[in-house]
Amino acid sequence: MAERVLVKGTEAIGEAAVRAGCRLFFGYPITPQNELPEYMSKRMPEVNGSFLQTESEVATINMVYGAACTGRRVMTSTSSPGFSLMQEGVSYMAGAQLPAVLVNVVRGGPGLGDIQPAQSDYWQATKGGGHGDYKLIVLAPSTLQEAVDLVSLAFDLADKYRNPVLILADGVIGQIMEPVTFPEFKDPNTLPKHDDWALQGAIGREKHVVTSFDIDPVVLEKMNLELVEKFKKIESTEKRWEEYKLDDADVVITAFGTIGRISKSVVTRARQEGIKVGLFRPITLWPFPYKRLEEIVKGKKLVLDVELNMGQMLEDVKLAVKDNAPVAFYKRMGGMVPTPEEILDVLKMELGR
Amino acid sequence: MAMQIIQKKPESLTEKEFTYCPGCTHGIAHRLVAEVLDELGVREKTITVGPVGCSVFAYQFFNTDATVAAHGRAPAVATGIKRARPDLCVFTYQGDGDLAAIGTAEIIHAANRGEKITTIFINNAIYGMTGGQMAPTTLLGMKTTTTPYGRNANNDGYPIHVSEMVKETKGVAFLARVKINTPQDVQKARKAIKKAFLAQLKGLGFGMVEVLSTCPTNWGLDPASALKWLDEHMVPEYPLGVFVDKVGEEQ
Repeated sequence: MAERVLVKGTEAIGEAAVRAGCRLFFGYPITPQNELPEYMSKRMPEVNGSFLQTESEVATINMVYGAACTGRRVMTSTSSPGFSLMQEGVSYMAGAQLPAVLVNVVRGGPGLGDIQPAQSDYWQATKGGGHGDYKLIVLAPSTLQEAVDLVSLAFDLADKYRNPVLILADGVIGQIMEPVTFPEFKDPNTLPKHDDWALQGAIGREKHVVTSFDIDPVVLEKMNLELVEKFKKIESTEKRWEEYKLDDADVVITAFGTIGRISKSVVTRARQEGIKVGLFRPITLWPFPYKRLEEIVKGKKLVLDVELNMGQMLEDVKLAVKDNAPVAFYKRMGGMVPTPEEILDVLKMELGR
Repeated sequence: MAMQIIQKKPESLTEKEFTYCPGCTHGIAHRLVAEVLDELGVREKTITVGPVGCSVFAYQFFNTDATVAAHGRAPAVATGIKRARPDLCVFTYQGDGDLAAIGTAEIIHAANRGEKITTIFINNAIYGMTGGQMAPTTLLGMKTTTTPYGRNANNDGYPIHVSEMVKETKGVAFLARVKINTPQDVQKARKAIKKAFLAQLKGLGFGMVEVLSTCPTNWGLDPASALKWLDEHMVPEYPLGVFVDKVGEEQ
């Protein structure tokens, strides 16, 4: 059986990427994710890979674009203001159908905000942070083991769909230490080479072009519609979520990432007090599991959505729940994280207890 | 005596017709790059990184694998490609709006890292594609659609000297400023472009050639007058020369 090791969140994500066959990492310092590029700067030379500290997040994402053009696995990580700077490049990558794994360790905002955990980049992540019609596959881990597992999945999904995949973590995931089990190493030589489109030198074949550009609107519409078809396929096949003690629940908490984890403790404590609470935790924030959530909430007394933002996933929760149950919302912002007791108090108040 | 082919279109150019205006020297610069790729025998391992601007269609003209970078980001994209595949030959082709305004950070840092890529920098002192606005390289007093009274240093700053800035970075292995408005100059430019590629292929560092170029359409001149205007106005502001040459004499 594989060994369990105690690691910090950012390093867990980095090592998982190395094991997924990633040999290219570009990054620019920003708190609270600096341990990830630091880890990669040490690790990449050990596995014959390439690490580069760039001049800006703008340059970073364009280097990721370039590396992805060759069909090789590439990753970057940043935190909220840095991810804002990357949005132009992310849009180009989605438009040019380039696979890559991006990590946003979300901190408090808007603007410079602070360096504490937040979930306030949900809209940016799931609704298209850059220009044009596109989607990122967005994965939200709630534990380090899940982060490790989702990094592997992220690379596979990026390759499968030729689309950037975003790991939306928060400062808690980035900074905590937990024991994890890493997967086996994947040999980069056994990974998809993308010989049908990648830029590798036109040796004995027609040239390949990778671009999001076409001046002819007739052609560009076709390119856009091709993306739409791809996003539909992702929506129909890649939704992921966790259901926790929902079978007999009267109340459903909806929460993602770190708050999803804290909400499990809320479920346990509420049940000790005789309140039947369950948790619905989306793992893919896009595609969002609307249909399953709609099925689950039918006949429930209450849905309580809890987030570290002003109510961003709340819009998707309401779209899913419709009129099937009342929806309440509890938030902390600016880098504040609620305790399970605090959430339980809110829950009881909403239930009139 | 059998007929012999002594001149033909380089293999490194596609059959696609150029989209450039009559008298524009982009076409000459394209052909020179293609001739050099042919001569060095690297077409099949070359990746073209096109810019945003008049040469946004470069990806269609060069007969190599190619991509189009976001405005100004070609050196970053080329860096990503080269780091992933150091065995490939990677070049960017950028205008002065792309490279000298929005992409200043990327070009300086690619040069400073000694990134083993080649950059062809077309300086025609104006934004062509968007309709003749002021470029960072626009000359003082020069009228453009956004400097209708002429570029005024007090409001608009001064013409930027990219090669002189890049020269100060230690990662540069070859750097020259050339012009392509006479046959002799075209031959000199060709030699410089070849060296800028050799700097990369020999693993010496970053190579760049700044090409003083014409834009008859947006300068409001006929093609012949534009060639003359380049000598009279651009060369005094942007002196020609080889600034860095670590490649040495060719064998």
